[in-house]
Amino acid sequence: MSTKRIVHYINQFFGGIGGEEKADIKPEVREGVVGPGMALQAALKDEGEIVATIICGDSYFNENLQEAKEEVLELVKKYDADLFIAGPAFNAGRYGVACGTIADAVKKELNIPSMTGMYPENPGADMFKKSVHIIETGNSAAKMRKAIPLMASLAIKMLHGEEIGSPDEDNYIPMGVRKNYFHETRGSKRAVDMLMKKMAGEPFTTEYPMPNFDRVDPLPPIVDITKAKVALVTSGGIVPKGNPDRIESSSASKYGKYDIADLGDLLEASHETAHGGYDPTYANADADCVLPVDVLRDLETEGKIKELHRYFYTTTGNGTSVASSKAFAEEFSQELIKDGVDAVILTST
Amino acid sequence: MVKEIERAGIPVVHICTVVPISLTVGANRIVPAIAIPHPLGSPMLDHEEAKALRRKIVERSLVALTTEVSGQTVFD
Repeated sequence: MSTKRIVHYINQFFGGIGGEEKADIKPEVREGVVGPGMALQAALKDEGEIVATIICGDSYFNENLQEAKEEVLELVKKYDADLFIAGPAFNAGRYGVACGTIADAVKKELNIPSMTGMYPENPGADMFKKSVHIIETGNSAAKMRKAIPLMASLAIKMLHGEEIGSPDEDNYIPMGVRKNYFHETRGSKRAVDMLMKKMAGEPFTTEYPMPNFDRVDPLPPIVDITKAKVALVTSGGIVPKGNPDRIESSSASKYGKYDIADLGDLLEASHETAHGGYDPTYANADADCVLPVDVLRDLETEGKIKELHRYFYTTTGNGTSVASSKAFAEEFSQELIKDGVDAVILTST
Repeated sequence: MVKEIERAGIPVVHICTVVPISLTVGANRIVPAIAIPHPLGSPMLDHEEAKALRRKIVERSLVALTTEVSGQTVFD
């Protein structure tokens, strides 16, 4: 076995501790490999040894970012590691944020090379792609077999202190770094070649992709909220009991629109959550803790808002693609405008 | 979704637990919530106390909706 030491970070699910009901566990450490660490170790052969695996609940990490980060850093310090690997997290949002946060902290605060892996739409990817090498993976753990060799290959380069290649060569999400080098063909020829291909309708690769800043400027505030019709929208998956439209528990392909005109309160008997990405105990017992219908009804009665819109819109936000979420909201926003809604409160779990 | 609602022309406030995700997504008015499985409640409180806590967060979101912002703003 190599003397190079690796510490691996995974969540409660991959750690075999449990699902959402265990998502609030604090960081703990196990000697050696756990879960996906086994395949990773096999792919690393004897180039390095996973000496410890740190397991932490996704909700615990995200609800206590600062503390969780410090606790995990303390655990990592004990193992005198040459490399830190987190995940891969695929398209699991909280897991991706945890992997990115801790990989970034290990690199910056402990000066230990570090890396992770996730799907490009994972919010953790956008947050940390500039500071950490993130291997691009598929969107679910079904893609583990494809992800592991790519993770291991970059890990081996890092362990050897070898120079890391371009995002294409080493399969990580572009970090926005530009490197000068001498190309065998001069720029003017490359530009004309590219133009010729473009004119012929052939595929070509730009040498400078434009960054995609998809930002929307804030709208002016509501002048008088007591005259506003307010609508509720949620990615927390609140649905009428029985989930009549069968909104998927993850990677939703649709949203629901439900009437609450006659409701002053969401009850255990009437509403529940369809979301598969958090512990449903509380939302099933009282869906108001995700979709605050009771409070908005009170505010309406007291005249603090003019009206609570009679429909709420809902989907499950876990693993749902950016393209789908965008399409859902584009569609229902037009309905909201038609219905004279002045403002929206959107809740996320 | 929050961005598309705003793009469509309706002022929107995002109540969420993991604020960094909301910032990454591009929400402009953000109100932090309590916890992932119960953003607007708490199992440690009885029903009335939980509702009072929920009301505080919702009222803060109404303040956010009536406040002029020039960029992403967290109301905590």
